[in-house]
Amino acid sequence: MYFPKDVSYSRTHEWVRMADGNTARVGITDYAQHELGDLVFVNLPEVGDEAIMGERIADVESVKAVSDIFSPLSGRISAVNGAILDAPELLNSDPYGAWLFEVRGVTEHEDLMGAEDYERFCEKGE
Amino acid sequence: MKLSFEKSRPGRFFPVMPELDVPEEKVPPELARAALPRLPEMSPPDISRHYSELARRTHGVNDGFYPLGSCTMKYNPKINDEMANLPGFTRIHPLQPEHTVQGCLEAMVRAGEMLCEITGMDAMTFQPAAGAHGEFTGVLLIKAYHASRGDGARTKIIVPDSAHGTNPATVSMTGFQAVNVPSDSSGCVDLDALRAAAGPDTAGLMLTNPNTLGLFDRNILEITRVIHDAGGLCYYDGANLNAIMGIARPGDMGFDVVHLNLHKTFSTPHGGGGPGSGAVGCKSLLAEFMPAPLAARRGGGYAFESPPQSVGRVSAFYGNFLVMARALTYIITIGGDGLRDAARNAVLNANYMMRRMSGAYDAAYPGTCMHEFVLSLDGLKREAGVSAMDVAKSLLDRRMHPPTMYFPMIVKEALMIEPTETESRETLDYAADAFLDIRLQAERDPEALRAAPVSTPVRRLDEVNAARHPKLRYNFG
Repeated sequence: MYFPKDVSYSRTHEWVRMADGNTARVGITDYAQHELGDLVFVNLPEVGDEAIMGERIADVESVKAVSDIFSPLSGRISAVNGAILDAPELLNSDPYGAWLFEVRGVTEHEDLMGAEDYERFCEKGE
Repeated sequence: MKLSFEKSRPGRFFPVMPELDVPEEKVPPELARAALPRLPEMSPPDISRHYSELARRTHGVNDGFYPLGSCTMKYNPKINDEMANLPGFTRIHPLQPEHTVQGCLEAMVRAGEMLCEITGMDAMTFQPAAGAHGEFTGVLLIKAYHASRGDGARTKIIVPDSAHGTNPATVSMTGFQAVNVPSDSSGCVDLDALRAAAGPDTAGLMLTNPNTLGLFDRNILEITRVIHDAGGLCYYDGANLNAIMGIARPGDMGFDVVHLNLHKTFSTPHGGGGPGSGAVGCKSLLAEFMPAPLAARRGGGYAFESPPQSVGRVSAFYGNFLVMARALTYIITIGGDGLRDAARNAVLNANYMMRRMSGAYDAAYPGTCMHEFVLSLDGLKREAGVSAMDVAKSLLDRRMHPPTMYFPMIVKEALMIEPTETESRETLDYAADAFLDIRLQAERDPEALRAAPVSTPVRRLDEVNAARHPKLRYNFG
């Protein structure tokens, strides 16, 4: 399992990579893709949608189930990663490269964890 | 096996329609299609053999054990079919005058009254064609109730995190917003979270009891009280009624509206052999909103009535009438005592299987279960690399239908097993032994389990590839 240090982590297993003070990209963690299994479909928000911290913003589907993705921060969707719509397997093979959406004008974000804290969080099986 | 399209030869046909003996009505040219549909052309013996060949490749309750959790795949007595095939039930037309189909109306009224008695409801409709359709109809009644009171603020319906996926889907379909409440450590509704979620925006609650973990929620009276105190109504998902019929009634637990899966609990065909029937019952406060028409007693006979504030039709005519006729036969045949014994045996069989398998498998919630139980194979997956999927596929090689997998979603690597009351102790032992044997094999030869099934007409399917690159139509080339 891979826990890169250049991103922050949410308790619902999204990662956040801040580009500058108020723009961030969001994806799902290596732990999340491992638990979900092979992903076959992704639903993304649209550019211009409002992202609200803690609320459902996207979903991913494996052969087992559909799982909600929660936005770890509030702001406006400024871009989505169209490449994963045609190739959801990128979320399995390159979870920290295959971002889901970008939020601009970040007004608030959850208490995010660093790599070491998140690794311990995952070991406890939450 | 070849597809019917591949077996098709131009000019062959299957004479299904009798010769026209009424004046012909042409389809208006603007509605007629330009080209004929490309349907397979086959002769009667070829198509008959085609379906027999398909049937040999399937697994039904007549082929072997079918412990599909939440689906109640019980034996369907043949007398149900005999009664449903009576000419008085089959040689009728839905537009026939009421006085010529009094027997059919009586059957609907009596079946409705019996199901009201079983569930503690006051009115029953048979229009919904299956469970999810019943949920949709039931929540429409809740919506109509609040609208009739001018209460437009109630926009949310509370659903526990262990719910059937159809519950939140129903909430969305009917224009409400689903609010998820978590389960507590015992697997039941977290009362504090429920109290925090209930309020002036609560339209209702959707709940299964026993729940999808096979546990009876002992706080049920408090749960429905919290919702009623907040001004909401309580919806009972009847998928698991088999565990309590004849013993406890949703109406007495505080539920206002229920749906029943006649194709689960009341022994009508389930799955491809359907169609289903998702009868909906409600307390008197919702009866005026029921779908129209509703069969009722009138004078010394029977008639269709239209409830005063009906939500309208939810299907053409009166639902799957012959399915209802089968359920009525079942209830009359086994009687009230029989229903109670069926529920008791369903619970006994599930507990027997769970005990026989404990030690080799981890129950998600140990203790006494109701009619079904959930295993978590998370430990097995971590230790031996054998997943719930691998175990399910291995069961196919042991001539069993696998249990429900990866549900409920709050249990990791879940297998949900519902043996039903109609299985013998020998069948339960055979199934438990198969599970135990697979558990031993997981340690000796996990690779073999990951390669299962090996004895079925098709081996393990590439579900991931099929979902990523679906082929949804025949390629005519």
